[in-house]
Amino acid sequence: MAINLTIDNQPVSVEAGSTVLEAARESGVIIPTLCHMDGVSSPGSCRVCLVEIEGARTLQPACVTEAADGMKVKTNSKQARKARKLSVELMLANHPWDCNACVRNQDCELQSLAQSMGIEEVRFPYAKETNPADKSTPALVRDMDKCILCRRCIGVCQDVQGVGTLAPRSRGFETTVGVGAGDYLEEAICVQCGQCSAVCPVGAIYEQESIDQVWEALDDPEKHVVVQTAPAIRAALGECFDLEPGTRVTGRMVTALRRLGFDKVFDTNFTADLTIIEEGHEFLTRLKKALVDQDQSVKLPMFTSCSPGWINYMEYFYPQLLDNLSSCKSPQQMFGALAKTYYAQQQGVEAKDVVVVSIMPCTAKKYEAGREEMNDSGYQDVDYVLTTRELGRMINQAGIDFVNLPDSEQDSPLGISSGAADIFANTGGVMEAALRTVYEVVTGRPLPMDKLHVTPIHGLEGLKEAVLPLENCLEEWSFLEGVEAKVAVAHGLDNARKVCDMVASGEAEYHFIEIMCCPGGCIGGGGQPRLTTDEVRKARIGAIYTEDEGRPVRKSHENPAVTQIYKDFLGEPLGHKSHELLHTHYRPKGETPAETKG
Amino acid sequence: MSNSAVDQEVECGNVLFTELEEFIRQQPKSRDSLIPVLHKAQDLFGFLPVDVQEFIARRMDIPVSEVYGVVSFYHYFTMQPRGRHTINVCLGTACYVRGAKKVIEALTEELGIKVGETTEDRRFSLSSQRCFGACGLAPVVMINEDVHGRVSAKKIASLLAQYE
Repeated sequence: MAINLTIDNQPVSVEAGSTVLEAARESGVIIPTLCHMDGVSSPGSCRVCLVEIEGARTLQPACVTEAADGMKVKTNSKQARKARKLSVELMLANHPWDCNACVRNQDCELQSLAQSMGIEEVRFPYAKETNPADKSTPALVRDMDKCILCRRCIGVCQDVQGVGTLAPRSRGFETTVGVGAGDYLEEAICVQCGQCSAVCPVGAIYEQESIDQVWEALDDPEKHVVVQTAPAIRAALGECFDLEPGTRVTGRMVTALRRLGFDKVFDTNFTADLTIIEEGHEFLTRLKKALVDQDQSVKLPMFTSCSPGWINYMEYFYPQLLDNLSSCKSPQQMFGALAKTYYAQQQGVEAKDVVVVSIMPCTAKKYEAGREEMNDSGYQDVDYVLTTRELGRMINQAGIDFVNLPDSEQDSPLGISSGAADIFANTGGVMEAALRTVYEVVTGRPLPMDKLHVTPIHGLEGLKEAVLPLENCLEEWSFLEGVEAKVAVAHGLDNARKVCDMVASGEAEYHFIEIMCCPGGCIGGGGQPRLTTDEVRKARIGAIYTEDEGRPVRKSHENPAVTQIYKDFLGEPLGHKSHELLHTHYRPKGETPAETKG
Repeated sequence: MSNSAVDQEVECGNVLFTELEEFIRQQPKSRDSLIPVLHKAQDLFGFLPVDVQEFIARRMDIPVSEVYGVVSFYHYFTMQPRGRHTINVCLGTACYVRGAKKVIEALTEELGIKVGETTEDRRFSLSSQRCFGACGLAPVVMINEDVHGRVSAKKIASLLAQYE
């Protein structure tokens, strides 16, 4: 049912149940917001969306006030303007004024709001105690001095991820955003996904930066510095330079990295393809053991293992399902292990002189790179991880005019990849890439889908399923004849939790499950440019599929560099060398981090 | 502390946790049960240390951050251990003008703790409130359920001696 109201004297018609904020947008009026996040949470706490509604005793927050038939809303009355400005001024009295030295300078919603409201003097004295920032984890920095208590971080942590590391603490002027029951993030149960840092409007939560260390490595003539870029970077990096979400910048990204001084510009896509070969064979081996050998110890369904936030989640919350996780390392870690062995040998450089830098859409990747078992090359396999946002800052620091750069291509061999690797960037992509290969291995025929797309697992639905009948299988796989392979895909940890509960209770009938920690998959990762809404997610996913479809090779097993590395170095999938370098193990983290340490 | 005393304390703690667990089991499986559970826990333990909060979080399947958030929000809940005796000094207007502040200062000095704290031997906890509604007796100090009127700094030592 439609209802009619007026916003600033403009008649507008909206669906019943819409908020005043949505009605205002419909009529082309932008009401500022800080705490509100479309489709996630709207705590109504920031008071910068106050509007005047005829007949109402007080000003109302537009984000949580339902539009009503015949309502007369004034968004720009003197009273509303004054109140909104006061809300921002009070926030400024509670927020440090060192904008020039802040990581969010010129990328800060409070700063731009203050500017757009014409705040040119601060009427109230700064009234907050200062405390040092919490830098206890490798992934995230929390600077509570800068927090404006909008509670967006709490909304994503509790409702989208269902982890609940963050919650409001104390009351009144003492209120802060607390972590667990302690003072430091490292003491709390946190998967380090960084979704909090991706929604923070100010500089209160951000990634632990590694830019300086990377510059130092690049400046060191003794070091051979190689860089890998995750599949999701090319669909989002442009946003750091005001390009539209969904702009593909693969070629410009490669040129920029070369100009920054990296010795080789490689691609995590290469090891994404390799992951498909290893993980696909692992999956088929599990099926064979379960169906033919009747081996009860084999765990199905198998979960993907590319997403380090998801791995942390499993280690904390579902230790009983760890054997269901694929033993494959993530593509980032496979890359590091190969760069310091295979590539170093080939290039004639010593592994100790190779520095591996990753560009990731992710903050949990920083934690993953530092995991103590990730040193199968004899050194820490991945040295430094930069988020997409950090790379954007680095390119700006170097004075590179990114938007007008010419395109160039990644280096060989660790830069060669297929379209199947591109789609690792988004929800459903790893599964589709795996099916492209698994189906062909089993039947000898390509996946019988239009453009090789498994459309039931595309899109932003939280939990998706597909069924793939296996018919006319090759002789070696005849035991799979007539089997209907059931796969599931979930993204965002609250959706993952639902799948895990189904698996734990035995009611799930899936064979293979893809989980990505962040909503939308890596394209919506915690290290991506801000602010990632569903529209932005869709645009980035669109760019990824376009990238995939434009490739001459779209299946991992047809990547010539992958074939070559098995021939020259690895031997065979799941072989001795693969196990040594490309696979890993997981361990329960206990109910609290303290218990793990003990 | 001797070993047997330690064992006794552990044993006692376990009994309390068992009782708390039983109470949680009787509550509806809902976040709304958190406040009654916290009341029960504070009754049992006297205060709500972090390990008790973590126990509640696990048993109720609520993030510990939220449990901590609720405990820190309501002044009724305390993370400080309580003494065997709670001293409450009235700071209402009448008591205040008749020297309640001096009474507090004397208590602070005598006990070596500030308002909101507990003595190391857990004998006394010191707190203050606004008005007990006994202004005719100002300044008033309550120790547990006992009301003491016309208290002066000089009388503090003998007053405290009544409570072991």
